[in-house]
Amino acid sequence: MSTPQPVAAARDEGFGDDAPEPGTRLRGGRRSRGLHIYTWVVIGWLMLPIVVMIAFGFNNTTGKFNFAWQGFTLRWWEHPFAIQDLTGALVNSITIALIATALATIFGTLLGIALGRHRFRGKGLVDLVLFANIAAPEIVLGAALLSLFVTLGVNRGYVTIVIAHVMFDIAYVAVTVRARMAGVDPSIEEAARDLGAGPWATFRLVTIPVILPGIVAGALLAFALSIDDYIITQFNAGQTLTFPLWVYGATRFGVPPQVNVIGTMIFTVGVLLAVANGLVVQRRRTWKPLSPALDEGATE
Amino acid sequence: MIRRLRSALVPYALALPAGLWLAIFFVAPMIVMLSVALETGNLISGFTLTWHFATFWQAIDLYHVQFIRSFVYGLVTTVLTIVIGYPVAYWIAFRGGRRKSTYLLLILLPFFVSFVIRTVSWQFLLADNGILLGHLKAWHLVSQNFHVLATSFAVVLGLTYNFLPFMILPIYVGLERVDESLLDAAADLYSSKREAFLRVVLPLSVPGVFAGVLLTFVPAVSDYVNAQILGGTSTTMIGNIIETVYLENNQYPTAAALSFVLLAALLIGIFAYARALGTEDVFEAAAA
Repeated sequence: MSTPQPVAAARDEGFGDDAPEPGTRLRGGRRSRGLHIYTWVVIGWLMLPIVVMIAFGFNNTTGKFNFAWQGFTLRWWEHPFAIQDLTGALVNSITIALIATALATIFGTLLGIALGRHRFRGKGLVDLVLFANIAAPEIVLGAALLSLFVTLGVNRGYVTIVIAHVMFDIAYVAVTVRARMAGVDPSIEEAARDLGAGPWATFRLVTIPVILPGIVAGALLAFALSIDDYIITQFNAGQTLTFPLWVYGATRFGVPPQVNVIGTMIFTVGVLLAVANGLVVQRRRTWKPLSPALDEGATE
Repeated sequence: MIRRLRSALVPYALALPAGLWLAIFFVAPMIVMLSVALETGNLISGFTLTWHFATFWQAIDLYHVQFIRSFVYGLVTTVLTIVIGYPVAYWIAFRGGRRKSTYLLLILLPFFVSFVIRTVSWQFLLADNGILLGHLKAWHLVSQNFHVLATSFAVVLGLTYNFLPFMILPIYVGLERVDESLLDAAADLYSSKREAFLRVVLPLSVPGVFAGVLLTFVPAVSDYVNAQILGGTSTTMIGNIIETVYLENNQYPTAAALSFVLLAALLIGIFAYARALGTEDVFEAAAA
């Protein structure tokens, strides 16, 4: 998001909720308060299933179905990895996401640099393919890839899941890196060349560090998409199970509370990472920039 | 000379690994899927390419109910996400103040929970004797055989819930860009606040809504997780059919044909929508 943050902050500081100043974009106080409450109602609705997930990880359930509240217990938290198949599926999900993210980040970053920095024949075609890849419904991507594997007689499993995940991750990384690249002044790379750096040294010591936030953002997005993917994975998984596939299968015979416990763990780690990232970005904004060009990139 | 040639090759070298991967595992599979749709045979004796176009008509004929249902659900979901999400995006963009990023994080929180678990949580919430209905029934507020699961309402609710953040975010980004001096100008020219909203803010937010519609409508129409977990036999969507026909019945040609018809229908829908909206806005959205 290319929000001009300082301007936004300055703009908002002047007005309290009840400042119906004429000639501003701000609504009158009462209507705004109504919208404020409404926003919190929607946020509450968005939280509802999350609260349920967390709460039912503490439910002292006895039967197969974890639907009704039967008292508080910590026993699921004491043995969150007691169900071997579930734990195995979780390990698959994590390792697949790590491998797919690594590959997609390398490929996607190189493509993003090519698109952001160079003009070349076929660029329009690449753009079209990336757009189609992001816009196409997941079920079509999954079914198409399965058609390829079926036609070639490839057995589906761990490797085909990784292939599929790299396939849908690349475009997101490339688009993110390209956006970052667009905000970088090419003259800093030229300056490095003028000072005697070779192409490789320029790439390693100037280009990569400058676009690193874009690469990290792309990698995080790829990891998040990969670990949570259900539809494309199901089409190309064969007998291999990932965490979402296991949970989906479990809906037929009752989802055990360990799923809630593991879900809560993933949720907590994700939120902590997001908050930490937000704080780092905020701190970086207040730092004195090394050079105007670097600063322009960093505040993006 | 060699040096210049080398530098001309740099972008191709950079694009090569990703390009190859996408060509082999994204573009080629689309073509293979089309050819699979034109094959006949079965899993045991194998499939051969017979250019059997009739598969397409048979598939549409057999499953047109689920096709129509999927598009209706997708449409209702999209409208609901706009109606629910626009005011939220508006409030955060214009009134969020310094806590804008906190509000956005709250809107994005569901994405930190697995898609399948989110939907399963709604199953918990809506189950016949679950948290909500269980109590309502115990207090005799609803009849004992009242149920929400396995209805269209439950499926659309799940879809709306799961895709709402995809609508709020792009609308927010669009509204955030609205230059406030335009509103000053509108006020200087004696426009009322209502008029300023209708004639300045709303038109300027159209590209964001367009992006949100793309991000919501396409996955909602082709989803089958919500219909599977929250729905019943009367709420089957085309995604459920493709999944079953492909993975359980192993009728590859029919499943491939259905996938193509779905893709084509979505493309036609998007282009029709883009035409109706005016191409300028579409280009703006693409640029944004």
